[in-house]
Amino acid sequence: MIRARRAKLQVFRIVAFVLFGAFFVVPIYAMFEFSTRGNGDAPRTLDNWKAITTYPDMVAGIVNSLELAAITSIAILVVLVPTMVWVRLRLPRLRRVIELISLLPLTIPAIVLVVGFWPMYPWLGNNFSDSILTLSFAYAILVLPYAYRALDSGLAAIDVKTLSEAARSLGAGWPTVIWRVIVPNISSALLNAALLSVALVLGEYTIANNLLYPNLQVSLVSLGRTNAGVSIAVAVASLLFAFALLIAISFVGRPRRMRSEVA
Amino acid sequence: MVGGRRLSLTWVGAVPFLAYVGVFLFLPTLIIAVGAFFGENGFTFANFANLSRSYIVAATVNSIILSAVTAVAGAVLGALLTYAIATGNPKGVVRRIAVSASGVLAQFGGVTLAFAFFATIGPAGFVYLWLAQHHLDFYSGGFWLYDLRGLMVVYLYFQIPLMVLVFLPAVDGIRPQWREATESLGGGTWHYWRYVAGPLLAPAFLGATLLLFANALSAYATAAALINQGGIILPLQISNAITSEVGLHEPGFAKAQAVVLIAIVAIVTALYGVLQRRTARWLT
Repeated sequence: MIRARRAKLQVFRIVAFVLFGAFFVVPIYAMFEFSTRGNGDAPRTLDNWKAITTYPDMVAGIVNSLELAAITSIAILVVLVPTMVWVRLRLPRLRRVIELISLLPLTIPAIVLVVGFWPMYPWLGNNFSDSILTLSFAYAILVLPYAYRALDSGLAAIDVKTLSEAARSLGAGWPTVIWRVIVPNISSALLNAALLSVALVLGEYTIANNLLYPNLQVSLVSLGRTNAGVSIAVAVASLLFAFALLIAISFVGRPRRMRSEVA
Repeated sequence: MVGGRRLSLTWVGAVPFLAYVGVFLFLPTLIIAVGAFFGENGFTFANFANLSRSYIVAATVNSIILSAVTAVAGAVLGALLTYAIATGNPKGVVRRIAVSASGVLAQFGGVTLAFAFFATIGPAGFVYLWLAQHHLDFYSGGFWLYDLRGLMVVYLYFQIPLMVLVFLPAVDGIRPQWREATESLGGGTWHYWRYVAGPLLAPAFLGATLLLFANALSAYATAAALINQGGIILPLQISNAITSEVGLHEPGFAKAQAVVLIAIVAIVTALYGVLQRRTARWLT
C-alpha cells in the first residue's frame, strides 16, 4: 500500500512540475519568439532588437532608469548603513522603531503612495528640480524594506559592537569606523541590497507613470502601442538583465545568518 | 549636564534617516489622510460621498472579485505546487530551482508580465495562433484578455509563486511521524488529511490566501500596461483621478479612493498577521 502511494505521489509530482513549469516558462519563451518574428513568412530575425536604438524616446527611458537605479541604490545605502550601525551601537531602544518604519512601505501599495507624492512633485519641480532623477527620492522609499532586510542580516552576522569598540580604542573616528571597519565586513550584504534596489527600480512603473516621468517601463508601454515587436525586445533585454542581477545576488549574497530574521 | 548633552548628540545620528522617511513616507501618508477630507472649498465629506458613483462601485467590486478569485485559485494551485516541492528531496536541485524561481516570479509583475501574456495568448500570440489553427479558438466567445478574466489569468503568474514562498515553511513543518502515528492508530489517507494535516495547515493556508488577496488588490502596473483605456479596477480609477488623462482631475477624490484601498489592505494584512502567529505556535 505504501509503495502504491509512493508511485502515485511521484506521478502527481511529475505532472505538477510539468504543468506549472509550462505555465511559467511559456510566456517568457513567447516574448523571445515574438521579438524575433519576421514579417509574414520571413525567417527569424533580430531586426526588432537592432531597431531598439532607432527609438530615441526608448533609449532616453533606458538611460533614465539606469541613472535612477544607480542613484537610488547608492542613496539608500548612504542613508541606511550609518543609521543602522549607529542604532545598533548607541540607540538600541530605537532599533525596533527603525525596523518598523523600514518595513512599512511593504504594506502601502505604490498606487496609494503616488497619490501622496502627487502634490509634492510639482512643488519639488518649482523649488528644486523637475528632473526625472528626483524620482530617486520616491524610489528609495520603495526599496527601503528590501535594503533594510539585506543589511540587517549582514550586520547580524558580524559583531558590530566589538569591531567598532576595537577601532575606537585605536583612535578611529566614527566615519573611519563605518567606512573602513564595518563596510568591508558587510560587503556582500551591501552588494545584495544595491542589486535588489537596481532590480526594483528598473522594473518600476506605477510611480513614474502617474507622476508623468518617462522611465524605462513608461517608455516601454508607449512604444508598445506603436511597435509591439521592438518594445517586447526591450522587455526581454531588461528581463535578462534583471535575471542576471538576481543570479548575481544568489552568488554573492548569501550572508551567513547567525541569527534568524526578526519576523 | 554632560549626560544630557551626550544623549541629545546620540539622537542626532538617527536624524537623517528620520528626516528622510518623515518627508517621503509620512508626509505623503499625511497628505492622503488629510487631503481626503478637503475639496476646493475647504473641509468636506464630498470626496467620500463621491465613492458611491456607479463606476467607482463597479471598479471596487471588480477589484474585490479579481483579488478573491486570484487569491483562492492562486492559493489552491500554489498549495498543490508547494506539496509537490515539499515531498521531494529537501536538498535536491528541483527544490532549489523551484524555490528560487518562486522568489523571482512572485516579484515579476508589471509591464513585462503584461507583454509576456500579450505575446503568448494575445491575438498574435503563438499559443493562440497554434490553438486556433487546430480549431481551438479560445476567443470565439469574445476577446477576454483585456478584461477581468484576462487579468485573472495574468495575476496567477505572480500569485502562485507567492503562495509557494509563504506556504512552504508550513508544509515543511509537517512531520512524517504524524502520518505514521495516524496509520498506527488505524487511520487512512482521508483521516490523516481531515483530522491531522488539514487542521494544522488550515491557519497557514487561510493566512496565505489573505496575503494573496492584499497583493492582488494593490497591484497596478500589470493592469495598467495590459489595459490602455478605462478603469475596470480600483487602482486604475485612482490613477485616472490624479492624472487628468480622462479630463477630470480630482485630487481629493483620488485620496478618498486611496484611503479605501489602504483600509481594505490594512484589515486583510492584520488578519494575516493573526493567522501567522497561530501557525507559528507549532511551526518551529
